[in-house]
Amino acid sequence: MKAPVSWIKEYVDVPEGTTTDDITRRLTMTGLKLEAVHSPGAAITGPLVIGRVLTKEPEPQKNGKVINWCTVDVADANDTGEPQGIVCGAHNFEVGDLVVVVLPGAVLPGDFAISARKTYGHLSAGMICSARELGIGDDHDGIIVLPADAGVPGQDAREVLGLDEEIIEFEVNPDRAYGLSLRGIARDVAVSVEGASNFRDPALRQTPAANDAGYPVVLADTAGCPVFVARKVTGFDPAAPTPAFIADRIAAAGMRSISLAVDVTNYVMLETGRPIHGYDADKLTGPIVVRRAVAGEKLTTLDGVVRELSAEDLVVTDDSGIIGLGGVMGGETTEMSETTTSIVVESAHWDAVSMFRTGKRHKISSEAGKRNERGVDPTICEAAADRVVELLVAHGGATADPGVTVVGTPPAQPTITVAGDKAARVSGMEISEQTAVEALRAVGCEVTGTGTLSVVPPPWRPDLTDPQDTTEEVIRLVGYDKVPSVLPVPPAGRGLTRAQQLRRRFSRVVAAEGFTEVVTFPFVGDADFDQMRVPADDVRRKALRLENPLSSEAPLMTTTVLAGLLRTAGRNVGHGLSSFGIYETATVTVPRGGATRILSVDHGPSADEFAALQAGLPAQPFHLALVGVGAAEEAGWWGEGRTADWADAVDAVRVVADSVGIDLAARGVDHAPWHPGRCAELSVDDTVIGHAGELHPKVCEAYGLPRGSVAAEVDLDVLIERGVHLRPAPTFSTHPVAKEDVALVVDAAVPAAEVEAALREGAGPLLESIRLFDVFTGEQIGQGRKSLAFALRFRAADRTLKEGEASAAREAAVSLAAERTGAVQR
Amino acid sequence: MSGPNSDYDPVEVTPLRADEVEAMRDAALDAIAGAHDLGALKQVRLDHAGDRSPLALANREIGALPPQARKEAGARVGQARGAVNKAIAERTAVLEAEQAERMLAEETVDVTLPTGRRRRGSRHPLTMQSELIADIFVGMGWEIAEGPMVEAEWLNFDALNLGPDHPARTMQDTFWTVPAENHVVLRTHTSPVQARTMLTRKPPIYVACPGRVFRTDEYDATHSPMFHQVEGLVVDEGITMAHLKGSLDHLASALYGDGITTRFRPSYFPFTEPSAEVDLRCFVCRGVDSDACRTCRGEGWIEWGGCGVVNPRVLIACGIDPEVYSGFAFGFGIDRTFMFRHGLEDLRPLFEGDVRFSSAFGTEI
Repeated sequence: MKAPVSWIKEYVDVPEGTTTDDITRRLTMTGLKLEAVHSPGAAITGPLVIGRVLTKEPEPQKNGKVINWCTVDVADANDTGEPQGIVCGAHNFEVGDLVVVVLPGAVLPGDFAISARKTYGHLSAGMICSARELGIGDDHDGIIVLPADAGVPGQDAREVLGLDEEIIEFEVNPDRAYGLSLRGIARDVAVSVEGASNFRDPALRQTPAANDAGYPVVLADTAGCPVFVARKVTGFDPAAPTPAFIADRIAAAGMRSISLAVDVTNYVMLETGRPIHGYDADKLTGPIVVRRAVAGEKLTTLDGVVRELSAEDLVVTDDSGIIGLGGVMGGETTEMSETTTSIVVESAHWDAVSMFRTGKRHKISSEAGKRNERGVDPTICEAAADRVVELLVAHGGATADPGVTVVGTPPAQPTITVAGDKAARVSGMEISEQTAVEALRAVGCEVTGTGTLSVVPPPWRPDLTDPQDTTEEVIRLVGYDKVPSVLPVPPAGRGLTRAQQLRRRFSRVVAAEGFTEVVTFPFVGDADFDQMRVPADDVRRKALRLENPLSSEAPLMTTTVLAGLLRTAGRNVGHGLSSFGIYETATVTVPRGGATRILSVDHGPSADEFAALQAGLPAQPFHLALVGVGAAEEAGWWGEGRTADWADAVDAVRVVADSVGIDLAARGVDHAPWHPGRCAELSVDDTVIGHAGELHPKVCEAYGLPRGSVAAEVDLDVLIERGVHLRPAPTFSTHPVAKEDVALVVDAAVPAAEVEAALREGAGPLLESIRLFDVFTGEQIGQGRKSLAFALRFRAADRTLKEGEASAAREAAVSLAAERTGAVQR
Repeated sequence: MSGPNSDYDPVEVTPLRADEVEAMRDAALDAIAGAHDLGALKQVRLDHAGDRSPLALANREIGALPPQARKEAGARVGQARGAVNKAIAERTAVLEAEQAERMLAEETVDVTLPTGRRRRGSRHPLTMQSELIADIFVGMGWEIAEGPMVEAEWLNFDALNLGPDHPARTMQDTFWTVPAENHVVLRTHTSPVQARTMLTRKPPIYVACPGRVFRTDEYDATHSPMFHQVEGLVVDEGITMAHLKGSLDHLASALYGDGITTRFRPSYFPFTEPSAEVDLRCFVCRGVDSDACRTCRGEGWIEWGGCGVVNPRVLIACGIDPEVYSGFAFGFGIDRTFMFRHGLEDLRPLFEGDVRFSSAFGTEI
């Protein structure tokens, strides 16, 4: 909402010396937030004066244009007193007119410096200005011709043009609907600004009594439209210009001047906050009826859009059918035009919720709708209509029709019961009941009672319905800046939860492994899954879809963190990085076919309802994903580097699992986006937590990664849940160790883990540790075979091992491995 | 060992003459002193102290002397051998020390060589910023609450006094999911976590909820469809706006330095009433000569977040009796906090994933 300061001051007196800054600071502290102060003349410097055109000689040019060589009296403003010679391209003025002249040395908006210059064979010393050149309007059809009584030549033109005006732009919150009117703003100035007084309510006026002679109106839905006032004027001159004060003020408020009739309705809306609609009376047939639409009915609104209506939309009809979407936008058929001479003025109160829904449904955002859906004072319909009639009569030559239609009554104001000390209890300030009562009365409430107050809010405050609402009013008037600072004392806390601690731990562990954390957006599309080679029937493609994605290419909530991470890896390669590791921890969204309901807000949901709400949401497990590209260890003075391979990806996950005492089991699987022969499925007990390994070469290619890049993605929630919380303190033997090495030849397809498991089991309780230290293939071993070399350490808890005990255990281990895996000792 | 020589030859034995023994000893000592490394010394030892050394051979001749001469000769040879052995031991120690020193000298390296064989990892600054903020709350005795990013519409809106027809609902640019009748949204704020907390815990409640939120903002230097915020919620008996101010002042000084305070400006949020926007005293200029300050752009204050007294309607929807309990809530941006603290003007590097960005912040900020 933009309000010129001079307009505000028309309705309230502020003490001499009160600055715009004083006003905005106080209004901001009571609820009307300052957005900006605009001063249209701020970009103009130097001499800008009134001039009288003395001569005007049209001079046709070779290019077909006709320019006017003028002399203009600017009195002593040019320091010579001689007439100023100026070339002007516009023609909408005559000799004797008062015009606005900018003299050399001045600067116009856009850093446009004015100087005397040779043009069209003359020395043109300045410019006769249009509104657009001065930055005060869009009109460039001609120059500004001032009214004959505007001033005298040589006088500074700023004041006449309103260039010294300051326009305050407010950010009006939903609870401050009254702030969308000069009436409301001026009232707040009167209440809030120190020394301000004498508020003159523009909606307080004597209005003619209702009678039966007015335009007939029937309200078929008084809940949707409780009050409808209709007034009529005749003999209106559709060609009558809009007076400057109206045009200037609606322009200052950011609205376009259209025609006198339309401008007047907008002017009164800005003045009072009450949206007004005007009908061309000659196009109306029969009584106006307000009702709900029948689903499927159609209306072409003023903006030329054909709208299919819902049964919830409020419509205005006459005998011809629907003529308007009540309170939101009028219809085309009864629109006022350049031939309209009789006007029916509608000033009606509409149900705010219905307005909001209709505006949303039809995606109409209008100045009227904005006010109607926030709530307008229902008691000023007659005053607003009367003011419109007054202005149409005064400036459009119209005659007021004696008929005055008033149908319906404004809804009654609620009574709010609130404890007299509530503001004190909510704010933590010492606010006496008397202070509270005075504050409430200042904002227009009627207050009765002591101890427990009965508060009737004023009709322009539809937002005041709860005790908390009136409490806020009191605290704002007392001042937020006076709220003391007191640190509350909570009961002793228990610190971070274990899950929170573990999430931090996992993140640090992965970073310590040389990976760098990134954050990516969770939005993906089918193309991401294609690039990752995720099969068509893979569950990961069953992702939650967004109704309104930012990009139609990424309408899904990702089921895999790798989607974003692979893109990010590709981008890093694109930025010239050749060796890096990146990781991300984030929740992914896994739909599980549920739905949630809209529950009551009158009480807390039951345990069952809350559980159902939870169950209705997609599962959102917390994942870790990582990608390794290039060298795990760089080549350097120390020797050869080492390219990251599948094992680095697996080990990064193992280190994370180790940090919570979990030893992951691995199994070779074929799973996108990994290399079919180099992907480990990792699990805890029998729960698969994810995969790690080398990426499929085609995936690398698709993301612009070097072949052999590695990746992993695992569900960390499982590790959090299964992690060993209290690890038992170990006991270990200090008796001598016996070391035994074995080399076993097995079929190349036999997993090393199986051989190791057999050895471990066969070796029995004396086995302290086992480590695979070499894998060998070659001719000596045979085609399709491999040799696995294990180092076994044996030790007894309570004694030194006897001669032969360790080797017997080794033999037992080997024989079980032979039995289970076909291993042959080398 | 042979028995005493009773059949001795009374002739004098040459090698046992005093001058001979002295000569052998001196030759040995010279050789020891002349050994310049442990290898040479080893040879010297063999030559002059070994089984076949002159002194050892001389020693064997003692038995050939008449008994009265044996003692004198024995002492003479013994002393000589002792002196030789002592000299060898001393020389060995010296040479060993020299060798050790030489070896260390030879092992000297250029310690200015680069040492980074292993890639350094780092964490994302927003993760660390979020943890840092959480730690401040934990230090205050509060706990950290969490909730899902894909959230029930009722928890994101209705329970927070944002009914279906509430004008403020259009202020929230919400990502809705398909199908609409499932009433599932991407949470537009972390406030549903507050609702969840009230629904699952009994007062007194002192929690902070940091998390990721979504709005349908086009991605540019100052807007992101995904960002991070943290909200605080207190529900207890006798909680007032003064407690809200006190908590925010404490947070401000913990995050931005001693003496940094806050101020309230009236605002509107459906979930709180009274509602306020909270400004932070500019931590760069501290409100002194603010005109030239680039951080607060001459204001002396920085817009920090929103706050207010929990609307009793929210307490009711979350099953808490507003007659007994009252509360306050506030929220501010984690991304914004980070940007201010570290002088980042364009937020996009936070979400582009360039390794060089995160790397600049290491593993702790």
